[in-house]
Amino acid sequence: MRKRRGSGWLYDAALMTALEHHAVTRVVEAFGDRTLSRTNFRDQTTLIVQPEDAHEILRFLRDDAACDYALLVDVTAADYLEYPVDQPGRFGVVWVLRSHTHDDLLLVKTWLNPSIDTSGIEHDPALEVDSACDIWPGAEWREREVFDMFGIRFNGHPDLRRILTWRDFPAHPLRKDYPLRGRGERENYEVIDRDSV
Amino acid sequence: MGLEAAIPVDGFLTTSLNRVINWARRSAVWPMPFATACCGIELMATASSRYDLARFGAEVFRFSPRQADLMIVAGRVSVKMLPVLQRIYKQMCEPKWVISMGACASTGGVFDTYAVVQGVDQYIPVDVYVPGCPPRPEMLIEGVMAIQRIIDQDNIPFDGDGRRLPLEIALEPTHRPSDQPVDVTIGAT
Repeated sequence: MRKRRGSGWLYDAALMTALEHHAVTRVVEAFGDRTLSRTNFRDQTTLIVQPEDAHEILRFLRDDAACDYALLVDVTAADYLEYPVDQPGRFGVVWVLRSHTHDDLLLVKTWLNPSIDTSGIEHDPALEVDSACDIWPGAEWREREVFDMFGIRFNGHPDLRRILTWRDFPAHPLRKDYPLRGRGERENYEVIDRDSV
Repeated sequence: MGLEAAIPVDGFLTTSLNRVINWARRSAVWPMPFATACCGIELMATASSRYDLARFGAEVFRFSPRQADLMIVAGRVSVKMLPVLQRIYKQMCEPKWVISMGACASTGGVFDTYAVVQGVDQYIPVDVYVPGCPPRPEMLIEGVMAIQRIIDQDNIPFDGDGRRLPLEIALEPTHRPSDQPVDVTIGAT
């Protein structure tokens, strides 16, 4: 697949064709009219889909016998604000899928771009993607975490509340425009001294 | 105490009530382990047989704050956990003392983020700070002994109105830890 020469990895076009991922091939056959792309990093395949297609393709990946991704390992996201390399969008939402029958791991990713200022917690219609809870029930808490940390909302989620921070937390803290030390959340608490107890 | 060997069993011993009460208090400090992180592991080691906090009368860890008089805050406290810490502190009966164990409880440690309290002494009164990351059990025992010295010598409550100020004692790590582990030979000469 890859040949190590000197200090860098060299990619051979013919060998890259051999890297073709069976599940990605199935998805391309079934969803040929959609915009799809694929990346490889260290033998790890990522299928990149459009946000509106994500739910349908995820369901296909679970139900199709040649794919059979029965386990949703994780739903997570990343903020690419000020990322050194240009990316197709600000937020990447990632589903990590595992197939036991085919002993395979596949990453499905979609890009979202905010339409409003991301420093607050206002509902941004551009940061929405369909929930995978009806496909894998285990997605529920993962999606709540992504919502809590990034403010990405999952349509059709049964109970989309914050899961790590508290209900009134005024930000989505894993966004890169949120300061590491917060905006005073950790300072605004009741102080108990010897006289008040 | 060995007193019964030194004085006749039918004899009398006179002392002040405060001294007897403080003696009883410092000989049976019951800690409430508020252990949230790795310091809690060291806290468990302190209570276990090698270091044996029972030698100082503080081995009875009480998970009910109403039965405890020493709170040991061991580990980082997240902002979400802080109201719980304060509520437990309020539930403890007077007299009560607080040890802030380790760098995170005392200052936030390396976790200078939005989610971690930068020292519990900002929000509850702390009597003894035990430095370390985590502190060795000897250090924590030194902290408990500092509490005992406070109880013994400072005659609490000392300001007359039944309240006391947090003492804010910071321990100096002056001890030299013994070599570990110490070999134990059974039955050898």
